[in-house]
Amino acid sequence: MAKSNKPIVWGLFAAGGTVAAFVIPVMILITGFLLPLGLFGSGEASYERMSEIVGNPLVKIVLFGIIVLALWHAAHRLRITAHDFGIRNDALVARGVYGFAALFSLIALMALLSI
Amino acid sequence: MSRNPYVREVPRTTWYMRNRRYIRYMLREVTCVFIGLYAASLTVGLVRLAQGPGEWAVYVNGISSPSGLLFSLLALGFACYHSISWFNVTPKAMRIPRGDDFVPGPAIISAHYIIWGVVSLVFLLMMGVL
Amino acid sequence: MSQRQITFEILRYDPETESEPRFQAYCVPCEEEWVVLDALNYIKDNLDGTLSYRWSCHMAVCGSCGMMINGEPMLSCKAFVRDFPNGGSIRVEPLTHFPIERDLVVVMDDFMDKLQAVKPYVIPKKKRTVEDGTYKQTPKQLHQYQQYSMCINCMLCYAACPQYALAPDFIGPAALALTHRYNLDSRDHGRPQRQEVVAAHEGVWECSFVGACSEVCPKDVDPAGAIQQMKIASTVDWYLEHLMPWRRK
Repeated sequence: MAKSNKPIVWGLFAAGGTVAAFVIPVMILITGFLLPLGLFGSGEASYERMSEIVGNPLVKIVLFGIIVLALWHAAHRLRITAHDFGIRNDALVARGVYGFAALFSLIALMALLSI
Repeated sequence: MSRNPYVREVPRTTWYMRNRRYIRYMLREVTCVFIGLYAASLTVGLVRLAQGPGEWAVYVNGISSPSGLLFSLLALGFACYHSISWFNVTPKAMRIPRGDDFVPGPAIISAHYIIWGVVSLVFLLMMGVL
Repeated sequence: MSQRQITFEILRYDPETESEPRFQAYCVPCEEEWVVLDALNYIKDNLDGTLSYRWSCHMAVCGSCGMMINGEPMLSCKAFVRDFPNGGSIRVEPLTHFPIERDLVVVMDDFMDKLQAVKPYVIPKKKRTVEDGTYKQTPKQLHQYQQYSMCINCMLCYAACPQYALAPDFIGPAALALTHRYNLDSRDHGRPQRQEVVAAHEGVWECSFVGACSEVCPKDVDPAGAIQQMKIASTVDWYLEHLMPWRRK
């Protein structure tokens, strides 16, 4: 039996799952509810406020880390779940989900660099 | 005596319907869909923020719409389920030595919940909400 | 002593005359303190001598009498009839995910092969002679692996594991828990050999941490925990091997 290369993706999955468990609920609370409720000011004001917070280099790094890890966690788990639902073309599923994670990681990086 | 073992087939696409334990497991696994979609939507938000105030307003309008709020509600529910299901099994994956034995599981789980609460508070403080 | 009549629906299969299994019902006068195995013995002795099933110790030590009882993998010697809903019948089937040899007897060959593949015995660094004396182990060293050494090879965890059903090459919970048990033993140096099986795709990586194995284990072995710990250790190995190639032996 050959040793598997699963550790590469599993390591990211486990790290991402842990990070996501700690921070994703509160982040959804902030961006999904408090922001629409206008707690950060409406329109122009919330733009200024958010730009200021996200403009901090430390926040950028942390945010980038969270997004990348959450994406890879989700991608890997979805790959396993596809298998559980009876989808047996693992190579195609893997390319799809990891590709999605890589694409959005890249988009997040570009966006953060230009804020 | 001839052998003729009988093999019971497991349904490939519906096996998890056989047992409540499996349904609970699948529920845990599909949390990833919402975590992934949320991470993607957050990325879109960052793109909008980088583009300028007009585009940002469009994004805020989008997430403030009924369908946007419904998504956030579902995502929050599944994300919390992810957190709970993740923390509750941490003692299985990590054994922390203490004396001749190990730190008991409930202590490890409680520590995770406490950190979860502290991290959430820090995020809210940083956003100036509290 | 109170007696109650319980109907047992038992999956029967005769490989010589039948092409597929069928349920057969038996009405058994059960005593209050009976377990399902007692009812099976009653059937065998008084109602139908052709019923086949495995059992030996009647006290959750030998691991022979695992069956599906109302759809749940259990040791029939540990399943008290009084714990099942009053008035309902009790359905008894052979362990799922294994081929049926006859009636409640399953084919164990696959499990036996996997058990052998992980070398579940102490592999010392160098052979010890009688003159060398006994091995010494501190309580701390014992606690490292003690929990995982309680396995009685009853195979309930394989009947509970959906991944074993979907991917029959999977080494599976009990064999992996025993791998962990020997890897953690201070007397043992066989981990590199066992890693060949553990770190393969059919090893720990087929597991998706459903956790059902640990829930049904009659001896609280926690195979799911053992497998996750080995995933972490295998991941650390992988990164050390690939990012620090000079460490490779």
